[in-house]
Amino acid sequence: MTWVVATEAEHAVEAGVTGGFWVDTAGIMLVLPLVAFLLILAVGKRMRYHGAEIAIGALAINSLWGTVLFVMNMTEGVLAQKTFEIARIGSDLVFELGWVVDGLSIMMYFLVNVVGLIVFIYAVGYMKDDIRVDWFFAAFSLFAGSMLILVGAPNLIQLIIGWEGVGLASYFLIGFYWEDMANVNAGNKAFMVNKVADVGLILGAIILGLAIGTFDFFEMSTAAFDHSEPLGAVAVVGGALLFFGAMGKSAQFPLHIWLPDAMAGPTPVSALMHAATMVTAGVYLMGRVFPLFEYLASDIRPWLVAIGAITLFAIGLLALVADDIKKVLAYSTVSQLGYMMTAVAAGGYTAGLFHLFTHAFFKALLFLGAGSVIHAVHSNNMSDMGGLRKAMPRTYWTFVVGSLSLAGILPLAGFWSKDEILVALGHEGYVAVMWIAIAGAFVTAFYMTRAVALTFHGEYKGHGHPHESPAIMTVPLVALAIPSILFGLFNVPGWEIPGIGNFSEWLAVRVVPMGDEHAEAIDLVLAGSGLFAALLGIALGWMVWGKDRATQAERDRFEIPALYPLLRNKYYVDDLADGITAGTMGPVARFVNWVNDYVIDSIVNGAAFLTKSLGSFVYGVVDQRGVDGVVHGLGAGADGAGSALRKLQTGRIQQYAAGFVGGALALIVLFVFVI
Amino acid sequence: MSFADWIGAPVNWVFLVVGFLTLLSALKVVTAKNVVHAALFLVAALGGTAVLFLMLSAEFVAWVVVLVYIGAVLVLFLFGIMITRAPTGKDVGLDSPNKLLPALLSGATFLLLGWASLDAFGTTEIADLGEATSTEVLGLALLGRFVIPFEVVSFILLAALIGGVTIARRDLSPLEEEQRGAV
Amino acid sequence: MLLNQFLILAAAMFSLGIYGLLVRRNIVLILLSVELMLAAVNINLIAFEAVLRTSDAIGQVFAVFVITVAAAEVGIGLAIVLMIFRNRKSANVDELDLMRW
Repeated sequence: MTWVVATEAEHAVEAGVTGGFWVDTAGIMLVLPLVAFLLILAVGKRMRYHGAEIAIGALAINSLWGTVLFVMNMTEGVLAQKTFEIARIGSDLVFELGWVVDGLSIMMYFLVNVVGLIVFIYAVGYMKDDIRVDWFFAAFSLFAGSMLILVGAPNLIQLIIGWEGVGLASYFLIGFYWEDMANVNAGNKAFMVNKVADVGLILGAIILGLAIGTFDFFEMSTAAFDHSEPLGAVAVVGGALLFFGAMGKSAQFPLHIWLPDAMAGPTPVSALMHAATMVTAGVYLMGRVFPLFEYLASDIRPWLVAIGAITLFAIGLLALVADDIKKVLAYSTVSQLGYMMTAVAAGGYTAGLFHLFTHAFFKALLFLGAGSVIHAVHSNNMSDMGGLRKAMPRTYWTFVVGSLSLAGILPLAGFWSKDEILVALGHEGYVAVMWIAIAGAFVTAFYMTRAVALTFHGEYKGHGHPHESPAIMTVPLVALAIPSILFGLFNVPGWEIPGIGNFSEWLAVRVVPMGDEHAEAIDLVLAGSGLFAALLGIALGWMVWGKDRATQAERDRFEIPALYPLLRNKYYVDDLADGITAGTMGPVARFVNWVNDYVIDSIVNGAAFLTKSLGSFVYGVVDQRGVDGVVHGLGAGADGAGSALRKLQTGRIQQYAAGFVGGALALIVLFVFVI
Repeated sequence: MSFADWIGAPVNWVFLVVGFLTLLSALKVVTAKNVVHAALFLVAALGGTAVLFLMLSAEFVAWVVVLVYIGAVLVLFLFGIMITRAPTGKDVGLDSPNKLLPALLSGATFLLLGWASLDAFGTTEIADLGEATSTEVLGLALLGRFVIPFEVVSFILLAALIGGVTIARRDLSPLEEEQRGAV
Repeated sequence: MLLNQFLILAAAMFSLGIYGLLVRRNIVLILLSVELMLAAVNINLIAFEAVLRTSDAIGQVFAVFVITVAAAEVGIGLAIVLMIFRNRKSANVDELDLMRW
């Protein structure tokens, strides 16, 4: 095992910190949640909060590291990598595990740990009196650990390990209430769609890794920056395959179908995994291999941008017709992921990742708020809600803050990140996509207003007595609301926070330059357009679904007649997926079954028969006759010998004496003549 | 030394006579039909050995043999013979019928030992003995160099004494024990 | 005098003693034969002493020990013979075969 520190790369962006305590021990963040996973499995059942203490403790410690590293990166810049060599093929293909600390990974460390901690605390309240709470926190810790392994991966192999880990945890948690078959199906769907995408990921990783003889990101980035020949030859194919893998995890069209179904899991899961962190892994991957696309594979970028754009807009529309509040937020997430992906694909490194950052906070906030509401009315559907703003003020106000941030209203965080995306798209020349993005902003504001109005305004349509959630659930909401408001200041165009710079600079601390530039000044036209679109959306939404609408029925039935069936059926994409699966799986399954019955079973049966006959042979012949024969024979022999020999004991002294003398004579002969 | 020289020395005649008598007595010990006769013949054999010892200038040992062996041990034997048999006459059933094996064994022993001696000590002579070993030398040896075996042998005698008394004690019946009082 | 003459004499006595040991049926006579054998050993010892002429007269000392031990042995032996005779009214060794299979 070697302990490698890789910081003196030729083109590395300058970083003040390359070692030291926090960097050297950052690996603890990757390990601690996994330890928590095992501990909770072992002793969680007996603890007062079913193991939540362990999970929260682990993430709290992690958050310490995350925050410290984040601040260190803000002030000085951190760039280092530590790896352990685990195995080696040939002389240069190594399998290493370790952790990276650079601008990108530090952002993710901070994000995953802090948001994770807040959601964990919320979950203690949400999951109270629920079943299998210890397993919940165990799987959640497993997720956190895998996610950190993913974002801290120094090479593609470890990234894939983390990728699979989060997929596994996601499967466990989506199907958490497995007593209901629908939840199990949702979990399977998520896993399988991701697995299809993972084919691309693994193939892409192999192609890229074998081309340059290493899977290490630092080396890959350097090779890309240097326009290395072998890498250049495979960059397009490899990059496209990696993107395909990212499409699965980050729910890009048409592999987005699993995310809405994934809402079957408990709400904290939806908040953390399917909004803030796990789904962003694809965007993260794109950020990690950004040099590959920037310097070698820029030709396929338009395709990637297109996919992102479709996702952004088309799926956003689906949020308009969903009744389940979590589904609304799910479609919204997919749409926002489309924003991020399209931005990164277009070349807006900071834009896409900054949006990832802010989105994590306000989307988690929205989900937790939704969870608070669901907890109060015991239903996910907005048709059972209404008028809750008086009964649940804190939830209401934080939800509103989250929605405004999501819609992109000045001066909340979402505004700045969305604006950055628009600027990047325009700057890179994707003007059409830029307008689609602006239209998307309108749609976002539109459906969020619908959500807020149907849930919190009007009259309560349910049957219970909803009340505000306990502090353990509302305090996290407030804790997430603050960043949703303030974190936009990290990346205001043309301005820097004195002393610590801006997000662009922090993200740029990488082993090679990302070719990204922070805007000199705010583009008022674009910013204005985006803001206008959002405000328009809110206004129209309020008009349609707000208080003034005449009847309840009309409110609920706003629809665009032509589009409605298409939207309601989610563009029939799910049905297409079902059809493909059923069409191919049936015959394949039948063939495999035949092989199993005739080929494999006959082998197995033959082996069993052989074993049986061998066994009876061994028993009958070898054991009964052979071994037992020997044993009995020995016994009989001893018996016979005994019967014969005991005749020697005559009791007569003289016979003994005779023997004595004879023996003595023999000995004498022996000694005198022989020796 | 040749046979002529050997037969020439008078000492060897004495040896021949005494040796012959001793062996004869020994033979009679093992073949006599009368038990008492056998014991008495042993006396003769032991006497012969005592003379031989004298010839070998082991005077003290010779007289010890006479005193202890003949004087004490054989007397003991005669007591034992008296106590253990009622008839004192000829006793025909004294030997066991199959004498072949013992004869063979003893013959083999004799041959073996004889051959070993001849082979090893073919012509060793016993030198002119001059003075007999004085008792003083023996005494010094017994109580000097061999004091521990001496003490051990004393213990053996003590053990034999006590053992003999214990073994031969007549077991008294409870009635008799009571009559005689507890011992 | 030759050493061998004494050794052969002693060997003869020893053999006769063995013969008597194996042939005689009376216990006392067996003991007697044993005495014969011990006497033969004594002759051997003294004869060797006469040859070696050690300063401590080791051979003779050993012979004294042999005689002493023989005496002790006879004492015990006869006591045992006495007990046997008391219990079985016979000193016939052929009848003492209880310790057999």
